[in-house]
Formats: sequence, structure tokens, C-alpha cells
Amino acid sequence: MSVTSTVPAARADTLSKIYGQGEAEVRALDGVSVSFASGRFTAIMGPSGSGKSTLMHVCAGLDDATSGTVAIGETDLTTLKDADLTRLRRDRVGFIFQSFNLVPTLTALENITLPLDIAGRKPDPEWLDRIIDMVGLRDRLGSKPSQLSGGQQQRVAAARALVTRPEIIFADEPTGNLDSRAGAEVLGFLRESADTHGQTVVMVTHDPTAASYAHRVIFLADGKIVDDMDDPTADRVLERMKGFDAKGRRS
Amino acid sequence: MFRAAWRSLVQHKLRLVLSSLAIVLSVGFVVGTFIFTDTLNKTFTDLFGQTTTDVVITPKSDFEGSGFAGEVATLSPEVLDQVAAVDGVAKAGGAVFADGVSIVGSDDVPLGQQGAPQFGSNWSDDEDLTPYRLIEGEGPSADGQVAIDSVSAEDGNLAVGDTIRLVAPTGEVEAELVGIFRFGTSGNLAGATIAAFDTATSQEILLDGQEGFTEIDAVAAEGVAQQQLADDISAVIGPEATVVTGEQAADDAASDITDALSFFNIILLVFAFIALFVGSFLILNTFSMLISQRTRELALLRAVGATSGQVTRSLLGESLAVGAVSSVLGCVMGIGVVYVLRWFFGNFGLDLGSTPLQLEPRTFAIGILLGVFFTAAAAWFPARRASKIPPIAALRDDATIPAKALTVRAIAGAVQMLIGAGALIAGVASGGSSGASLVGLGVLLLLTGTITFSPVLASPVARGLGWPLPRFFGTVGRLAVDNASRQPRRSAATASALMIGLALVTALTIFASSITASLNAAIDRVIGAEYIVATDTQRPYPRSVANEIEGLDDVAVVSRTTFTQAQIAADSIDPPTGDQEPPTTFVGTVDPATINQVINLTFAEGTIDDLTDEGLIVDTTTATNSGLKIGDDVTFTFAGGSGTYELVGTYEPAGFFTGYSITNQALENAGVRIGDTFVYVKASEGADLDMLKAEIEQVLTSYPGVIVQSQAELKEQVQSNVQALLGVMIALLGLAIVIAILGIVNTLFLSVLERTREIGMLRAVGTSRWQVRWMVILESVVIALFGAILGIVLGVVFATALQRTLADQGIDVLRVPIPALVLYLVIAMVVGALAAAWPAYRAARLDVLRAITTE
Repeated sequence: MSVTSTVPAARADTLSKIYGQGEAEVRALDGVSVSFASGRFTAIMGPSGSGKSTLMHVCAGLDDATSGTVAIGETDLTTLKDADLTRLRRDRVGFIFQSFNLVPTLTALENITLPLDIAGRKPDPEWLDRIIDMVGLRDRLGSKPSQLSGGQQQRVAAARALVTRPEIIFADEPTGNLDSRAGAEVLGFLRESADTHGQTVVMVTHDPTAASYAHRVIFLADGKIVDDMDDPTADRVLERMKGFDAKGRRS
Repeated sequence: MFRAAWRSLVQHKLRLVLSSLAIVLSVGFVVGTFIFTDTLNKTFTDLFGQTTTDVVITPKSDFEGSGFAGEVATLSPEVLDQVAAVDGVAKAGGAVFADGVSIVGSDDVPLGQQGAPQFGSNWSDDEDLTPYRLIEGEGPSADGQVAIDSVSAEDGNLAVGDTIRLVAPTGEVEAELVGIFRFGTSGNLAGATIAAFDTATSQEILLDGQEGFTEIDAVAAEGVAQQQLADDISAVIGPEATVVTGEQAADDAASDITDALSFFNIILLVFAFIALFVGSFLILNTFSMLISQRTRELALLRAVGATSGQVTRSLLGESLAVGAVSSVLGCVMGIGVVYVLRWFFGNFGLDLGSTPLQLEPRTFAIGILLGVFFTAAAAWFPARRASKIPPIAALRDDATIPAKALTVRAIAGAVQMLIGAGALIAGVASGGSSGASLVGLGVLLLLTGTITFSPVLASPVARGLGWPLPRFFGTVGRLAVDNASRQPRRSAATASALMIGLALVTALTIFASSITASLNAAIDRVIGAEYIVATDTQRPYPRSVANEIEGLDDVAVVSRTTFTQAQIAADSIDPPTGDQEPPTTFVGTVDPATINQVINLTFAEGTIDDLTDEGLIVDTTTATNSGLKIGDDVTFTFAGGSGTYELVGTYEPAGFFTGYSITNQALENAGVRIGDTFVYVKASEGADLDMLKAEIEQVLTSYPGVIVQSQAELKEQVQSNVQALLGVMIALLGLAIVIAILGIVNTLFLSVLERTREIGMLRAVGTSRWQVRWMVILESVVIALFGAILGIVLGVVFATALQRTLADQGIDVLRVPIPALVLYLVIAMVVGALAAAWPAYRAARLDVLRAITTE
């Protein structure tokens, strides 16, 4: 990995995202500053409308901020044009979405190598091998997504996110559509990739159990970071969340 | 349920715009064609209504023929006197009116459109008796004066006071232009030119100097009914003449012209139907896609208690609404189409004047019924499929209509294609008119069979066509091919629309090439003369032309030919036609002493030397079809005479030289004296051909409109005539092709919408905008090529069958112009790429975030 441990994998500085104007103004992000350390698995938690997804989208270069800066490694995303952002996403960032993650006409293997194929690069066979073993899909590589279970599809998506050896992987509710066993498999795999390969992972979730797989949990409410917890357990996260619910929700 | 249908219609209105456009365009074409034809009818009915006298008397002739000057029957001046003396006749006048006088423009080129008559006439100052209305100068009253119609004056740049040239069968005439007139309210007569002389001159030029009239017009005295007067006149002059009321005559005259033009009406309607048919594929695709997008919504309706019939009916209701709205818009557009048609026919000299557009309720009823019917019929298939959506689909995430296997389509398509191919082969083998209808049936079944079968072909063919794409475009190429073959029914329906247009264009192109090649081969094989002298409209010209050419040095042989229309006496041929009108045919005339030196005829029986002025030769095919044997007598009735001829020889059909031939002298003996139509000139041995041609051209300077052509020039002219016709046909098919292109745009646009999330995901993992664009463009190119290849293959099959069927009619060479077909393929690719431009742009501009977060 080219990034030294002193530089965070991604960093946001006084980030604001405002939708609408005047009466209808919604501050999705309100001066958020956060950095995601390299090689760590971070979960972003918060109730609906807390701005957690927006934070991830902005950090990943999928959305632009109203003010503040975002950097992946040492690259400032706020100054990049679409073509450069595309290249950045292709070469340095990995994505896992909640659903509809795969191209239905491609096989599992082809879906895994899709970002490399688009870039016109050959996969590193040794690395590809290791990823395939890690997600445990060696016997399903020739299957189309429609022939795979939800958990298997999500593991293919995770393998695809890893295949380019990105500096950071963003996962948006990756277990939202999965049963608890399949969810556990995917989360275990994300944690393992951070622990054994030093892969930086940022995951948005509202499920305390999912968050408990992370090294660190950031809590968001009303567009602000309200807490930061290391080595979470499901019970501690749940406890913390109850505190927000008591304060009531705003959308 | 209706409200649900209406809601979804409004919601999806943008997606329906393109398919509606297809209906709007084709209904517009249908409506425009009807309005145009009705207006045309009205124009001529009015025109003849205002210009016809109360009673019209014409000579009774056995056969009217083509009406070329010199073969016109007349009424004598005594008949005019008799008519004028009838009680109740206020006044009567004699008219001379015949085809064959061309007016030469100021640039020495004869005026008038190809094929349109060039009338000569006498002049009368009495507006009660003549349709001519002077608008400038005065009527011709002496030899050497002429008046012409205003359109000719304008086109030929001729002004009162000019000395102008006119060409009549008797020779060229110079006259002073003394007046310019209109025909009633119209500038001319349906595109024909008119030159009017004083009565004596017109009789000299048009009637070979007979002091007769081609028509006598009578005006009724106050209070005398037309019919009564007609009966009275008829009683006086006896059975020698036909007496009709002015009303009747006007109707007849108008319907003569509109019948001739109705050919265009039918052609236009055929192309409009093709466009509607193609448009229905768009509708079918649009509704399929809308329904698949709304599977959950429809399942929800089922879940809350709607029956499957209600779902189908609600979707059909939607299609009816779309059909109705588009058809109404189409009716409005039809009025615009009329102006285009007016302009188009205006280019051919057809002045429609100021008649208001005839907006018959029938026109709009047909337009709307057709539009609604085609829309509903096309939507019926997807609507029926939608009724099979199970209510449980509402609860499922991946709700889709279960895709039916293509087995049924494959079998149904294959059966149709096999029967079609069988009919085609049987039709070609049996030939004749029963063969032609079998071929027609075969063509239709092959077309519908291919459409039915095409989804089965879509995936393998798309993959085959797309195999080089991944090599050149990488993953993007791979995805494009996958997308093109992913929904075989949709791709096939999109491609079928293009296929129909291209099949017709290809068939027409090959057929046109085959006609040209066949005629060229016939020219090479048959014509032994170096030069052919003719007019470009194949009308007769003065015999003095050939006389002058005969006088030139270096001319070895000059052989005259002409042809005329005739009726064959029913008992002359077998099978006899019974009570029906005796069949009309063309009879050629030749000079038996010289024809074999300029035309290579191979005689099956007899020789050319057997052909006397009482003899007849005919080609072997016609002889067989008419059951004629050597020694049989055949009676022809010409306009202005008749004769009976003994069959003395049969010859192999020689390209354009086919049919009955008698001698030039025989036709003249029968009382028909017309000019020459084709004169063949053979040069002497060792003559300087260029010099000879220059000399002939020198002779022809005094005969405007008559041209000399070498064999090569004749071939070029054949080719350019055929190409011009092909061009018009392809232009008319353009509408169907435009609709097919709209279909591609529509399919791609809806596919892009359907794959919003997939495209968003591709973008998120690093696909660039240009890569997304290429993906959509290449998908489009693959679909377009699929349609083009099917169309071209079908077109080749159709044209081959047509050519084989018509081989004994002289189309004996099949010429497949490979470069043109390759060009069509390339154009299809380019069109496919262009059609993708907008959907590809939309796909590339998708907001990545919104795309992946859209539910």
C-alpha cells in the first residue's frame, strides 16, 4: 500500500451538505470533520435522516459537498472533474451497495473482475485467487447473479470491491437485504480483509450487530458527529442508539 | 380501473411520446392522402363543371385509343349545322381537341411533363362554348397565330408577341403568340399543355385537314333541360354520334383524370399502411416495457382484488387513449401532409389552383379508426401477458412476468416460413397470374414468419454480430452485446421494424437493377442499329424526320416503327373474352424490308419476308397465351380504323420488342396515319459514327423534342428512368424507415431507464461516461444490423422470386447490386449509432448517486 500509516485513508473537514433553500432548507451534513484511519474497519451509525449515507456518498466522490473538503489519501475530491472522479472510483475506491450490485448478464467471476476489465487491466492472478478463496465462491464462479443467493451475490460484490486493491472500500448497508447468517458472513469477511490485508473499510449501517464487527463506530445525528466508539459490541452500540431515540427524530 | 389506467398514462406520458409519434406520422400520411385525393376530385369536377356546355356531342368510335393526333374520329360540319338547327339549342359550336402538339419553350426544349398529354385545340371567343378564358392578348384568328395556357407560358418563358415553335405530327409550326389563357380557373389542364389555333389551322394540324370537329357543344335555350335537349339532338343526328348532357360529360371528364391519378392514391396508401404496420411494433415494444416496469403495481391491483380481465382491460384502455390522441394529432398533421403532396405534384405541373381542402368526415373516421385499431392491436399482446402476473408478485422484490419460452414462437414462425417458402417456389415454378398471387402469398408469409421467428434468432445473431466488439471495445463491447441479446423479444421487435423497411428497399433495388440489366441485355441482343431516333416521351413525330435522315451520307438503313393501341376482336383469340370488353393491346408497326437489319428477331415459324400488308407477326409467348396459330386471322380495331390480319410468323420475345406487329403501310391502309415513334438508323460500313450523329442532330434541330441516341445512351436513359422511379419509391418508404429508427430510439431510451441502477453501479465502479455511451451505441448498432441483415436477406429472396416470376415478361436477368446492399448495411449501422445518440447521452448523464439509490 502506498499510503503511509500517518496519512488517513480518507478525511473530511468541516463538511456541510445543504438541500433546498429558506424554509425548506435541510442540513444533511452540518460541519462534519472526520478521518478514516488506514487499515481500519469503521462503521457509521445513526438514525434515519442523520446524514450517515450522505457522509459516505460525499467521502466516496459520488456526491458533492456544499462546503468543506474531502480527500482520499492526498487527493482533494472537491476539485476533481467527473472524468477524474470516475478514474478515482475505478482505481482507488471500492463499493458495496445494499442491493442490485451486480451486472445480471455477467458471471460471478466476470462481475468480480469488472472494474479491472473496464480499466482494460489484467487481474493479478495470485490476488484474485486469494479473494475468491476468502469469499468462498470458487465453485460458483461461472454462475449468473440470478443463480446465486443474496449472501453469495453480496460476497461477489465484496470481492469486486477488493479486486483493485483500493485504498478504501465504502459499503452502504451491505447487509440490509440479507438474513442474519448471510449478513454475518459478509461482515466477517470485511473485518477479515481489514485485519489480514490492512484493507480500509467504511460501512454505513443502522444495525448495531453489523456495527459490532467494526474497529470503530461513529455516531451521527442531525448531520453532526455525536459520538465515536472504539471496539464496539452490539450491546454498547444498542445502548448508545437508545439515547438518540429518546431525543426524538427529525427528518 | 379506468382511473388507474388514466393515472399511469399521465405518469408515463413521456415514454409514450415516441410510439405516439409513429402513429401520428402514419395516420397523418393516410389522412393527407385522402384529403389530397378528395381535393383533386373536387378540383376537376368543378373545373369541368364550369367549363362544360349543356350538351356535348362526340363522334361514336369503336375504340378511342390513346388519342394521338392523326387517329382521331370527327364529326362533319353538317352535323354542327343539324345540331344548331335543333329546337331548344341557343347556340352550338364545334371544337377540335387532340393530343400531340408540343409547345417549344424559349430555351428550345418542348414543354410539358413526361407522359402528360400535349393538347392542340381550336380557339373560340365565345365563353359559353369554350373552357378557355383569355387572361392576356387576344384569341388566334388567322393562320400563323396561336394562344397557349398560362402555365406553359410561364414555364416556357413565352410572352405575347413572341414567335414560338410548336411541333405537331405533321411537322413543325411557327406561330405568333397572340394570347395566353386559363382552363376555367386552372392554369392548365391537370398538367397537360394546351395550344389553341384558329379553327382552320387546328383542323389542318390535328385532323389532317378534314373540315370536322372532335366535339360539338350546344348551349340550351332558356328553360330547356339538359336531358331533354340531349334526347332531341340525339333524335335528329342519329346513331353516328354520342350525345350526353354537360353534367354527364363533366363527370366523365373529371373521373377520367382522377382515375388516372388514383394510381398515386393507391401507392401512397400502401406506403402509409407499411408505415402503420411498422409503427405498431413500436407500440408493442413500448407497452411491453411499460408493463414490465409496472409489474409490481399491476400485481398490487390483482392483490387488492382486480381480476386478470380487469388488468388487461385497463391496459387496453390505456392503449385506446394513446391511439385516439395520436390519431387526432395525426389528422391535424394530415393537413400538413396535403401541402407537401401539393408541392410534390406541383413539381409535375399539376396546378391544383385554389380549391379549398376537402375535409370529408370519412377521411378522419378512417384515420382515427386505423390509428386506434393498430395501437390497440399492438398493445393487446403485452396486455394479455400482463394479465398473467400473479398477485404474489406484489410482495416479491424481483417481480417479473415469467418469460414464456420461445418454443411456441419458434414453431409458429418456422411453420409460416416453410409454407411461405413453399408458396414462393410453387408460384415461381407455375408462373402466370396464379403464380404471381402464390408468390405474393409466399412473400407475406415469409415476412410474418420471420417476424414471428426473429426473437429466436435475436440472441444468437446478436452474439454472432457482436463477437468482434469485445476485442475492440473490451468489456463495454461485451456488455453491449449482452444487452442486445438480453431481451430477445424486444430486440427482435425493434429490429423487425427496420427489417420490413429494408426488405422492401432491398427488393426494389434489386428489382430495379434487374430491369435495367434485362433491358440493357435486350438492347445488346436485339438492336442492330447504331442510332435510335425517338422523343423522350415515346410519342410519334413527323415522318419527314426519317426522310431527311435517309438523305444523309453514310446512312445504310433507316427503318421506321411506331405503335398504337388497338382492341382485338374477341373471336380472334382463344380463350375468347365473351361479353367482356374486348382486350386492349399495343400493336407495333414495322417496315418488313428493313426491320431485320436493325432488330435481330429469331423466328420460330415463318420469316420476316412473309410479312405483307395483310400479315401479322407475334412473339411466341403472346401466341401461346392467346392460342394463336399460323394462318389464324386477327381483327384489330384502331382509333380511326380497323383491319384483319393473318398470322404469318412467330418470333422469340426480344426484350422490349414483343407483341403484335403489322406493317407501317397496313396501319395507314386501315386509315390511321400517325408519325414515327422509333426510327432505327444503321450506318454504312466504315462510316464516321460521330460525324453521322452530328449530322442527324443537325436534322433534328428543326424538330424539338426528337432526339438521337446511341445504344449506350439508350441504356443510360433506361437506367436513369428506372433509378428515378426507384428513388421515388425509396423516398416513400422513408416514412416507414424513419418510424423504425424512432423505434430504435424508443427501445434504447426505455432500456436505459430500465437499467438505471445497473448503469449507476457501472459508473460507481469506474465506468467512464464515454464507456457508457459506447455501450448504448454499440447495442443499438447490433440491433440495427440484426434488422438490416434480416431485411436484406428477405429482400434478396423477394426480388429473386419476383424476377423469376416475371422472367417471361422480359425481366430475364437477375442483377443483385452488391455495393448497394453493402451500402444499406453501412447506413443501417450509422443509423443505429445515430438513433442511440440521445439515449446514450441520457445514460452517460445519469446522476450516479441517484441511479444507485433509486428504488
